[in-house]
Amino acid sequence: MTNTDERLAEIREVDRIIVRFAGDSGDGMQLTGDRFTSASALSGNDLATLPEFPAEIRAPAGTLAGVSAFQVHISDHDIHTHGDAPNVLVAMNPAAMKSDLPKLESGGTVIVNTDAFEERNLTKAAYDSNPLEDGTLDGYSVITAPMTALTKEVCKDLGVKPRDAERSKNFFALGLVSWLYTRPTEPTMHWIREKFAGKDLVIAANEAAFKAGHAFGETAELSASRLAVRPAELPAGTYTNINGNTALSWGLIAASQKAGVPIFLGSYPITPASDILHELAKHKNFGVRTLQAEDEIAAIGSALGAAYGGHLGVTTTSGPGVALKGETMGLAVSLELPLVIVDVQRGGPSTGLPTKTEAADLMMARYGRHGEAPLPIVSANSPSDCFRAAFEAVRIALRYRTPVILLSDGYLANGTEPWRLPDVDSLPDISVDFAAGPNALNEDGEHVFWPYIRNEDLARSWAIPGTDDIMHRIGGIEKEDGTGNISYDPENHGAMVDIREERIQKIAESYPSLEVVGVPDADVLLVGWGSTWGAITGAVGRLQRAGRSVGHVHLRNLYPFPNDLGEILKNREHVIVPEMNLGQLTALLRAEYLVDATVISKVTGQPFTAGELVTQIEEIVG
Amino acid sequence: MSDTATTTKKDWTSDQEVRWCPGCGDYSILTAMQLLMPEIGTRREDTVFISGIGCAARFPYYMNTYGMHSIHGRSPAIATGLAMARPDLDVWVVGGDGDMLSIGGNHLIHALRRNVNLTILLFNNQIYGLTKGQYSPTSEVGKVTNSTPMGSLDTPFNPVSVALGVEATFVARTHDMDRAHMQEMFRRAHDHNGAAIVEVYQNCNVFNDGAFASITKKDARADMLIELTNGEPVRFGPEGERGVMLDNGIARIVEVDDVGVDALIVHNEAAPDSSVAFALSRLAGDRESPTPVGVFRALDSIDYGAAVNAQLAAAQTEGGGDLHGLLHSLPTWEVS
Repeated sequence: MTNTDERLAEIREVDRIIVRFAGDSGDGMQLTGDRFTSASALSGNDLATLPEFPAEIRAPAGTLAGVSAFQVHISDHDIHTHGDAPNVLVAMNPAAMKSDLPKLESGGTVIVNTDAFEERNLTKAAYDSNPLEDGTLDGYSVITAPMTALTKEVCKDLGVKPRDAERSKNFFALGLVSWLYTRPTEPTMHWIREKFAGKDLVIAANEAAFKAGHAFGETAELSASRLAVRPAELPAGTYTNINGNTALSWGLIAASQKAGVPIFLGSYPITPASDILHELAKHKNFGVRTLQAEDEIAAIGSALGAAYGGHLGVTTTSGPGVALKGETMGLAVSLELPLVIVDVQRGGPSTGLPTKTEAADLMMARYGRHGEAPLPIVSANSPSDCFRAAFEAVRIALRYRTPVILLSDGYLANGTEPWRLPDVDSLPDISVDFAAGPNALNEDGEHVFWPYIRNEDLARSWAIPGTDDIMHRIGGIEKEDGTGNISYDPENHGAMVDIREERIQKIAESYPSLEVVGVPDADVLLVGWGSTWGAITGAVGRLQRAGRSVGHVHLRNLYPFPNDLGEILKNREHVIVPEMNLGQLTALLRAEYLVDATVISKVTGQPFTAGELVTQIEEIVG
Repeated sequence: MSDTATTTKKDWTSDQEVRWCPGCGDYSILTAMQLLMPEIGTRREDTVFISGIGCAARFPYYMNTYGMHSIHGRSPAIATGLAMARPDLDVWVVGGDGDMLSIGGNHLIHALRRNVNLTILLFNNQIYGLTKGQYSPTSEVGKVTNSTPMGSLDTPFNPVSVALGVEATFVARTHDMDRAHMQEMFRRAHDHNGAAIVEVYQNCNVFNDGAFASITKKDARADMLIELTNGEPVRFGPEGERGVMLDNGIARIVEVDDVGVDALIVHNEAAPDSSVAFALSRLAGDRESPTPVGVFRALDSIDYGAAVNAQLAAAQTEGGGDLHGLLHSLPTWEVS
């Protein structure tokens, strides 16, 4: 047996590894990927993840439709995406091999649970012959292990039934992969004990399987395949690994705390937004009220009712829900009350691809209400950025007394990345004042309260029931500016339409200056929004290393556009807009700035990779 | 609560011109409410009327309180959020049969079953007024209107049966021809802890005039309205000569002399099981037969807002949330 030093000497150091865990929905691949990610995070790697799972909770076992995968990119340097092609594929069954082998880099490593490659599973995956034997894997580096049998074997003496033992085979895979890529074992062991506390047999089985997988690497003499990734050099601070839905929830809570206004969330369960409801429901100690409403319309209606009562009204949903909320958003525009509408976008139209990502709701956010009903749109760039984006959405809603749409997407919602935690004291104060008394004199010289008198931001006061001397009525019918009385006067309506637009336009005065990264005055400018940030950032880096001069501006605020955007777009040879739709931001930019913007579209339910962006940008630029 | 004793109808009347058709039943309901509010023991500043769309939905503009005239059907949902957020407020919901039972049916039933602390007034005129006279979800079968030239085909809702069927804890019926009765029902509904719904038979003199006249006209009431009185046998008629008994679970109108008073249903508003109240509600099948009015059900129970706030208080027994702690609640690592 080799001694420890010799063995460590065999470990090859690489700057990054992309591992893709793929198996049946019932194989626990999300959990396996998540654990591998956590151990990597605690080792100080930078990372980015892409969980991918079917919409069905239990798709037919062993089928291509039932494949669930989790891709994680770990690195010793700052990275922004889940990576282009995985270096390593863990295939727990033939269906996973069939669907995910094409994604693997050529010459990559395949780790296979051989026990699953039997006749029935091969047939379900539509393999005519066994890919382990027919040359399919020629050119790849293949590591095979009878994971199911070995897991059952180590569980035999623990008193675990074979059927139950089989369920632990993902921990065997995790153990083996952890050994191969030199991940620390203690975080996983600790997690197993905590997660399954009280279920001693489950703990014993999972621990045994994990250790067996770890040991398998050594005994099967796989040392030549061992790799290590050093901790990334990231700015100093305390980090946590966070997904977008959690970051967004925390951003709302932080903003609520900094505003001194409690959250009221009205929500209806919908993929991929439900986890925000789940997260916020846990934090009642922050004064958060959550209502699982009877439908999407009631969800936003209740939030608007709470906003009228002086709470931070929030509703969270995905595209289909936004479609249903349109009329109430129009009411909120008319009432000029603060409200945050979170759209975690998914593939559409209709039910579309509930668990896949897309960013094709921008036009709906911009125009999806009847009448001239402008409202600000904020979008998040990365999982951890959902925190800042949520804070910004709340800031705008409260200060300008307007509904705000916050756009996230499925990739951000479930993807994770390390987040340097902000100092909570550094978050800005966004506290609000409620109307406290009369604000006008009527014809008889009496002090009265008029709900539509405006401040310098053109915002009306937030006048909440329970306050003395300011009783008033508001509604969706057109009202006279100032008094708020019902008015069908044509001139007044025209004036109100203008005021509602102008007051939204004024919000742009509060934005920070845009930053163009890369080469600010390059002939080629990439304009992005949302979760394309990671892929664009990666592409810009590669293009620059290849000697290209490119700039990149990424928009947090999609309506109103920043006041300095027009200047930035001027005099470019190419304005290129990568987006996960057919060109919605592109169209808005062309309309607003008469700029010849070119779209790079991807509407496949998959996020962009930096590699494909580089290729397409080079095609456009020539 | 300091100035409640000193207000009058005028204090509860807004400066807005009332814009219902002359002769509309809504006027008498508004007057009943404006006269009642000074007596009811609440402050105008703590009172909110929320409505949807329709003739009835103009109601909030005329009350000198807080008010929101929202969108069609959504008032129970909007009011739910307000009542959950602000349990200190007195939240009323006003709407018609189209608003609350058609486009807003889903919100109404869920507000009722959640027992949100709302006082819901359902003005039932069995017609769409504001859109000029289409049949409504409470119109009788065969109703000839612009949208149903050969007569409507849909079976109507019985709003009291709907409310009882969805677990409402307070359900009452009144009509626009009897101010004192309306005020008593509104007061009882207001005092109820949780969701309270009052169906108000309301005359639309333009599109459905006289829909309830056969039972609500002064000289018809004794024979055609069955006044429900808690703890009393259910009986009616000028001399109380008729009554209601249960026959295999079905409410039947009987002559008291035929069955004896002991055979009659003794009305119990607070019965935990709503079966008998439901049986009574079925008597309002058409306008040709006697129809019960009064409180069908009044069951004490914790309201939704109170329950929500109790959970909040329980979550805060060890103090409010700590933002720094929240951000550090997942595993963390240091980079130096």
